[in-house]
Amino acid sequence: MNRAIEANELTRRFGAFTAVDRISFDVRQGEVFGFLGANGAGKTTAIRMLTGLLTPSGGSARVAGHDVYTEGEKIKRSIGYMSQRFSLYEDLSPRENIRLYGGIYDLTAPEIRERTAAMLSRLGLESVGSRPVRELPVGWRQKLAFSVALLHRPSIVFLDEPTSGVDPVTRRQFWELIYEAAARGTSVLVTTHYMDEAEYCDRLSIMVAGRIAALGAPAELKQQHGTSSIDDLFVRLARPAVSEQPSRLAPPAQDKGESKGPA
Amino acid sequence: MSSSVSARSLRKQFGETRALDDVSFDVEAGELFGFIGPDGGGKTTLFRILVTLMTPDSGQAHVLGLDVVRDLWALRRRVGYMPGRFSLYPDLSVDENLRFFASVFGTTPEREHEHIAPIYDQIAPFRERRAAALSGGMKQKLALCCALVHRPEILFLDEPTTGIDAVSRRELWDLLGRLREQGMTVVVSTPYMDEANRCDRVALIQSGRVIALDTPAAVAASLGHPLFAVRASARHAALNALRSFPHVHSVLPFGDVHHVTDVRRDVPVDVIAGELRRYLADAGFADAEVAPTAPTVEDVFIERMGSPYE
Repeated sequence: MNRAIEANELTRRFGAFTAVDRISFDVRQGEVFGFLGANGAGKTTAIRMLTGLLTPSGGSARVAGHDVYTEGEKIKRSIGYMSQRFSLYEDLSPRENIRLYGGIYDLTAPEIRERTAAMLSRLGLESVGSRPVRELPVGWRQKLAFSVALLHRPSIVFLDEPTSGVDPVTRRQFWELIYEAAARGTSVLVTTHYMDEAEYCDRLSIMVAGRIAALGAPAELKQQHGTSSIDDLFVRLARPAVSEQPSRLAPPAQDKGESKGPA
Repeated sequence: MSSSVSARSLRKQFGETRALDDVSFDVEAGELFGFIGPDGGGKTTLFRILVTLMTPDSGQAHVLGLDVVRDLWALRRRVGYMPGRFSLYPDLSVDENLRFFASVFGTTPEREHEHIAPIYDQIAPFRERRAAALSGGMKQKLALCCALVHRPEILFLDEPTTGIDAVSRRELWDLLGRLREQGMTVVVSTPYMDEANRCDRVALIQSGRVIALDTPAAVAASLGHPLFAVRASARHAALNALRSFPHVHSVLPFGDVHHVTDVRRDVPVDVIAGELRRYLADAGFADAEVAPTAPTVEDVFIERMGSPYE
């Protein structure tokens, strides 16, 4: 069976600090996988290893069938990536952004033309297709960014806090796009601070202090731990690490803002 | 004058964008008051006007009885402001930042120790650490200390919980609740609808307009349509099926259930629930559960905001 991600004892140390400590999990084809954790728990470091941007210190992982140690470039071409911080070039229009990414991923001119038309029509963006992205509402930008991340039809897409600050209707429309992509067989790994969104995932993991402290379907996890919501479960698991082990903070600039785009 | 903040018909336009469009409200002394809404709603513009960093195009606002335009110098000493973007000096340590902000107001952290201690004690273990190297939650606690160090009478916090994890968010709200208990007036903004319940009163803000203003319970109760929680294992399929229910008003995923409202306001909820159950069973969702449920602030926000891009 195809696995979009297979991680086994994956580890990353920075000097004496172990940011990611022997995590093992897999993401199945077409699965929506929630990758949760407190700030500084190691999520961003794990994602950087899984997207071929950072070499692990130990363990193994394959992403879209490629080895994270030796096939980083192949991984980058096989995945999609979108974050709240980095998504689109704001001075370019939606059409120009699509053409740029199409070029980066070696799509042919007819492919780019056809996919541009389909994407703008699906998102209802035809009328603003030539205006700078900067002028679009945040919610539209995020939906467009997600579609652009899927332009080259990657087998897995990484979404890093894609709905942060987005209005409650657009947030839900965004999740419908996620479900549609998953129904077409695309695997989705998503991080979020909205705990209601965690409930939308097929399965999820909660990282605490570099380790995976919980892994499973939301309903299963709530039953196992006897909590009524993922929010309560998250707080119960993460609070001791956040409140009592402050020295476990990620090293500077490690946990925020260093993620790079797919290019 | 018992209102700590009083705003009348505030307007502010940037190019073609109406950032604030006829905004009026009052915040009573000692209240924990929340502005709830997504990015781009006008929250930051409003806060900048209230803390005298920006002037409105028209309308008036008074904070602590002082006019935010005319009396800005008198007002600045008396308000605390924590901006949404991290605005401390990243290369200075925790203690250096605190000392700097205290000195701007002619005081020292030592002199203010007693009233900042409840928060400062939580970051004291990292007093030597550069602000840039703090976690998101710790940065917010330091920023809160810096905003409180001159003993303001009212505190404005613009999105203090954005981008920080659920644990740090709860801790920050606990701190704000404690400040309120000590008598501080606290005005806070957030895009997280569930945080409305931590406030005494809230204003829902969208596209520069206040679309609801009351206690969280009263806002939630104002939905105006019967509301049901639907649970089904084939979740996405059930969502689509519910959209074709004959009397449906709205269908939205809410955590592990779907929230469904019905257009009929005069039909008993048990009857509607029965119809929904039969409808879902006929559509092949054998395990679907339907129950009337209490609306949340988020339900009301969605109902009132209309189409976001008109």
